[in-house]
Amino acid sequence: MEEIKLQIKDLNVFFGEKQVLHQISLNIPANKVTAIIGPSGCGKSTLLRSINRMNDFFEGMKVEGEIIFDGKNVYAEGVDPVIVRRRIGMVFQMPNPFPKSIFENVAYGLRIQGWRNKKAIEEQVIKSLQAAALWDEVKDRLYSSAFDLSGGQQQRLCIARAIAVEPEILLMDEPASALDPIATARVEELIRSLIEKYTIVLVTHNMQEAARSSDYTAFLLLGRLIEFGPTNQIFTKPQKKETEDYLTGRFG
Amino acid sequence: MLFLVAFSSLFFLIGIVVILFVEGLPVFAHVSLSQFLFGKRWYPTSSPPQFGALPLILGSLLVTGGGLLFAVPLGLFAGIFLAELCPPRGREVMKPIIELLADIPSVVYGFFGVVVIAPFVRDLLSLSTGLTAFTAALILGIMAVPSIVSVIEDTLTSVPRSYKEASFALGATHWETLRRAILPAASSGIGAAIVLGAGRIIGETMAVLMVAGGAPVIPKSFFQPVRTLTATIAVEMGEASVGSPHYHSLFSLAIVLFLFTLVLNILVENLIPGGRRRVR
Repeated sequence: MEEIKLQIKDLNVFFGEKQVLHQISLNIPANKVTAIIGPSGCGKSTLLRSINRMNDFFEGMKVEGEIIFDGKNVYAEGVDPVIVRRRIGMVFQMPNPFPKSIFENVAYGLRIQGWRNKKAIEEQVIKSLQAAALWDEVKDRLYSSAFDLSGGQQQRLCIARAIAVEPEILLMDEPASALDPIATARVEELIRSLIEKYTIVLVTHNMQEAARSSDYTAFLLLGRLIEFGPTNQIFTKPQKKETEDYLTGRFG
Repeated sequence: MLFLVAFSSLFFLIGIVVILFVEGLPVFAHVSLSQFLFGKRWYPTSSPPQFGALPLILGSLLVTGGGLLFAVPLGLFAGIFLAELCPPRGREVMKPIIELLADIPSVVYGFFGVVVIAPFVRDLLSLSTGLTAFTAALILGIMAVPSIVSVIEDTLTSVPRSYKEASFALGATHWETLRRAILPAASSGIGAAIVLGAGRIIGETMAVLMVAGGAPVIPKSFFQPVRTLTATIAVEMGEASVGSPHYHSLFSLAIVLFLFTLVLNILVENLIPGGRRRVR
């Protein structure tokens, strides 16, 4: 098996009294797309948001177990979640550009990280928009509002914004669920093109999307990891009965 | 029937405006518009009377500007604290307390200003009197804080959560998120809060009458007594005989005041809805 980018070990997550994730252990391979599938409420998003510590903002949240990134547990004492999030980027379900220009949206993370050189910022913005396959559509209007873009373009802008700071891992929480089929196809295509540089973890409730875009698939049910393996194996020869039932549409 | 009730406020508004102009404009038979607006002497009872409203207009503007100097930083920081930093339980206690500040009658503020603040200012700066533009600005600033805080807090809490998440996910700290994502997104609402505060200060009468000192001269310093438009109207209306030039001149002062507040209101109206589409 390939190089492991992220190691999730015996992860338990609680919101108050309620345990949302049970004993999840999962190795995320580098430069691949790993899809997390499962019915709504199974803990997919919670798992994803645990990786870059975006769950920290929920009051009463408690994490047990480890998520090893670059040899270090992201929940270890003394680890700054801000630094974790700089190295593990995230794209959300609903496109959420800032009420700023297209250019300033992509430059946001750079400015946060202390980039001051105008020329360097400009180059990085252009590079990121190109990588997000948005450059040709926006190059003439970099300084108009990000809200003037279509939903699909806004989502690609959010991807450009996330990759501008060159994270190592990109977490995507159902990035195409709010988009029409054509925009979805473009985002999926984009995801495939990004694995050269990034490791991607993709949460989706759309099984076709998982089958089309991912190399590995993890199936989650009621907060437990049921099965994990190469995508074509999960979809053609699932080992567990629950996985087969879910994939054949018996529930979920 | 309800229709009539709903329209009664429009009726009152029109009635007040009409009376302001009907009673105010006749003064211009005795004084030209430019003499009125730019004249430096307000001696309405001397003979011949002088109706130069400039000291009063400047007094109002000075007190308003000075009041904002106190109210805006206080209101902004309090609003940011309430909306972003304060734990929910603290907010539940703080908000009603701040709103209570708005319920204190203005005469009480004036009383507090005369008895506590003015002597303090006098002794601190060794002035001949503590009743100055500075004192008035301080009191009026405190009076304007509640309305500024509540508008700013509302604006900040209505900034979509998704902006915050996007910013945090890019590795921004709480402070950077506040400064670079939340405050810019709320800038129009913050502008509206400031203008609203200005409106409250410029229209305030009782407290400013008590603490500003009441000298109708062009202010040369922040630490000397001034007289505002509102205070002048309140003080002199009782002694001006109905129908005299003095009487009409007070209505003209009210027209000036009305135009100021009208402009401020138009500013607020234009600031609030335009906020979401504005791009920086």
